[in-house]
Amino acid sequence: MGDTLSYFRQDMLPHIWCPGCGHGTATGALVRAIDRLHLDKNKVCIVSGIGCSSRAVGYLDFDTLHTAHGRALAFATGIKLARPELKVIVMTGDGDCTAIGGNHFIHAARRNIGITTIVMNNNIYGMTSGQYSPMTPKGFFGTTAPYGNVERNFDLCELAKSAGATYVARATSYHVPLLIDLIEKALLNPGFSVVEALVQCPTYMGRKNKIGGPVEMLNWIKEGTVNVKAAAALPPEKLKDKILIGELYNKQEGEYTADYDALIARVQRKYDKFQGGLYGCASNSD
Amino acid sequence: MAEKPKVFFHIIRERYCKGCNICVAFCPKQVLVLKDGKVFPERPEACIGCKMCELRCPDFAIEVRAKGEEPVAATESGPIDFGVPPEAHHV
Amino acid sequence: MSKTTAKLMQGNEACTIGALAAGLEFYGGYPITPSTEIAEICAEELPKVGGKFIQMEDEIGSIAACIGASLAGKKAMTATSGPGFSLMQECIGYAALTEVPIVIINVQRMGPSTGMPTSLGQGDLMQARWGTHGDHPVIALAPGNVKECFELTLRAFDLAETYRVPVIVLSDEVIGHMREKVVLPDPSEIHPLRRAAPATRAGYKPYAADPDGGVPLMAPFGEGYRWHVTGLFHDESGKPTNKGEIADTLLRRLARKVDKNADILADCFSESLDDCDVAVISFGSSAMSALSAVRRARAEGVKAGMLRLRTVWPFPEAIVDKVASRVKRVIVPEMNLGQLALEVERVVGCRAPVTRIGKVNGELFHPDEIYASIMENK
Repeated sequence: MGDTLSYFRQDMLPHIWCPGCGHGTATGALVRAIDRLHLDKNKVCIVSGIGCSSRAVGYLDFDTLHTAHGRALAFATGIKLARPELKVIVMTGDGDCTAIGGNHFIHAARRNIGITTIVMNNNIYGMTSGQYSPMTPKGFFGTTAPYGNVERNFDLCELAKSAGATYVARATSYHVPLLIDLIEKALLNPGFSVVEALVQCPTYMGRKNKIGGPVEMLNWIKEGTVNVKAAAALPPEKLKDKILIGELYNKQEGEYTADYDALIARVQRKYDKFQGGLYGCASNSD
Repeated sequence: MAEKPKVFFHIIRERYCKGCNICVAFCPKQVLVLKDGKVFPERPEACIGCKMCELRCPDFAIEVRAKGEEPVAATESGPIDFGVPPEAHHV
Repeated sequence: MSKTTAKLMQGNEACTIGALAAGLEFYGGYPITPSTEIAEICAEELPKVGGKFIQMEDEIGSIAACIGASLAGKKAMTATSGPGFSLMQECIGYAALTEVPIVIINVQRMGPSTGMPTSLGQGDLMQARWGTHGDHPVIALAPGNVKECFELTLRAFDLAETYRVPVIVLSDEVIGHMREKVVLPDPSEIHPLRRAAPATRAGYKPYAADPDGGVPLMAPFGEGYRWHVTGLFHDESGKPTNKGEIADTLLRRLARKVDKNADILADCFSESLDDCDVAVISFGSSAMSALSAVRRARAEGVKAGMLRLRTVWPFPEAIVDKVASRVKRVIVPEMNLGQLALEVERVVGCRAPVTRIGKVNGELFHPDEIYASIMENK
C-alpha cells in the first residue's frame, strides 16, 4: 500500500466535503488505484467540472483543471488529443456529467478517446444544496422535487456502453476494494473508460429522503446493489430494483488519439514531397 | 509454532476527522470509537489490519499500518527537458 | 532569396494560413456558415505539420477543447459565427480568468438568432467585448481585407501568448468569403512568439505577477509543474479563494493587462484624415465601401477622411479622440443598428455630430449610400 497522502496537496486538507460524504471515499479510491499503477505524477492530468465532486481535483497533486459545469470531458478531450502521452482522468458528478454535460459524455464515449471518467453519483445536486438530478430515482425528494421526483433516471452505464465506451463499470463507496480494482482496470484501458461510483450525500439525499446519516446511507447503498457476477445466479425477482455493480463492459477498440496519430503519419508520408510550403496549402473553397 | 499474530497500529489525523462515524460503524472488530467527535482506536489489539476504516474514510483521517511497514511515496519522474526553453522570456 | 508568392486567396483561407504561420498546432471547431472553410482547411493542413484537428459536438466543446490543448502547451484556435460565438461565451470568460491564450475567429453573419446565415452582418461587435458575464479582458481585431485576415490572425496569436488573454478575430461574411490577390511574406520572415515556460518548478506560482497588468509565465500541463487551474477566483498559487481583496487585485490586474497596453494594441488604417472636415469611421467590410465613398468625395473637392479600426477592442480612444478634435462631422457606417457608433459617440462627445448609418438587410453598403451621407451637409 503506497503513501496515499503523497498524492494530495496536503496544505489544502481537510477538504470542504460534509462529514461522511462519499466523494472523499471515491477520491481516495482513485488515488489508491493510481498508486497501484505507480503512475508518474508529472504525466497525469485530472479534469473536473462543477459541483461538490468536481472540487476533488483541487486537493490532488497532479496537473489539475477545474473547468466549467458539464464541460470537463470537452476540456479533457483537448488535453488528451494535444498530448496523447498524458494519462487524462475526469472526475465528475451525476449532475455535471449527465445533465449539462450529457452531450460531451456521449461524444467522448463515441470517439473512444483515452480518458478515464469517474462519475461520482450521489443522485442529487449537492453544491447547490439538494436539487434532484437526472440520476435521482423517480419518487425521491429534492429541494426542486418537494412532492417527489416525477422524472425517471437513466442507467448511466448502459448509456455509456451504447455510446461506445470500451470499459464500463460501477461500484460504490461501500464496496471500496471493488471500486479501486475497477478504477485500476479502467485506467489500464487505452480507450474511453467509465467508472460510476454510487456515493452517499448524507446532507441532502440522506436528509431529504429520510435515509439517514452516512452509515445508514452506506447500508442503503449496500442493500440496493448486487454484484453482476452474483446476479447471474440469482432469480429475476431477487434482482428487482437492484443496481448491478462490478465490471459491466470491457472490449478494447482503436483509441481516438492513437488513430489520429496514425492518420498524421499516413498524411505526412503522402505529402513528404510537400514543397508547397505554407502557401501551397490546398484551398478547398472553390 | 503458530506465526506470531501481526500487530497493527493506527495513524489518526484528528485535524482531518469530521466524526462521521463510518469507520467506527463498519469496523468488523469494534476497534474504533468516537471520542469528543474524533476517531480513537480504543482496542487496537483487536485490529486485524483489514484497513476497511482507512479505505472508507472520506477524509483520509485514519491509516492502519503493521509494525515496521513503511508506505512508498508516489512516483514522480525527475525534471524533463522542456519543449520550450524555460529561460526564454517575453514581455 | 525570399520567394514571396502572389495568390488569389479567400479571406477564411488567409485566416487559416495566418494561424498556421503563427504555429497553430490544434484546431477544435464545429461547422457553421460562413466560417466552415477555416475548419475544412485546418482538417487538411494540420496533419501535414503534425498538428491536431477535431470537430467537436458543439461550439462549447470546441472552445473547451482548445483551452485544454492550450493548457497542454499547444497554440490553439477555433472559428465560428454568431450562434456559435454566443455558445462560446462562458468559456471565453473562463479563458480570460484563467489567463489561457486562445484565438477565436468569429466570421460574423446577419443575426440575431439563425438570422441570415449566408448574409453579411456586423452585429457581434458588442458581444465580442461584453458577451460573457463579468468584467474581463479581451482583445478583438477586425480584418478589412483578405491580406489582413492573414496578418491579424498571425498577430492575434502573438497577442494571445503575450498577454494570456482570449483574442477574437472579428471577421465577417464578406471579408471571409471574398477573394483577393494577396502577396504573403516568405515563411522564413515570420517569427511567431514561442511560449516561454517558467524556469523553476519548485514553488511555481502560476498567477504571481505585477498587479499593474503583469503577465505571469504559463507552465504547460505534463511537464511536472503540477499546477491547479480553476474557473473560481484564485490566489497567486492558483488555489480557489473567496477573499474579496484577492479577487479585486486579480480582476484589476487582468483588466490592466489590456488597458495598460492600449497604445501598443491600437491599430488603424487611415486615409486623408489630416485635413478633413468629415471623418468616416468604420471597420471590416463596411469600411471598404466607406473608403470608396471617401475617395469619390475627395475627388470632388470635399474634405472627407477615412478611419478604419483594425483593433476594435480595446477601442482605440486616443486615435478617435484626435480625429474628433479636428473634424466638423463624423459618420459611422456599420452593418448593425449602431454598435461601433456607441463607442465613437462616447469618445467624440459633443465636439461633433455623429451620423449613424446602420444597414441590417444583409447586403453590403453600396459606396453611394455613404457618399450621399458625406455630401449631405458637407
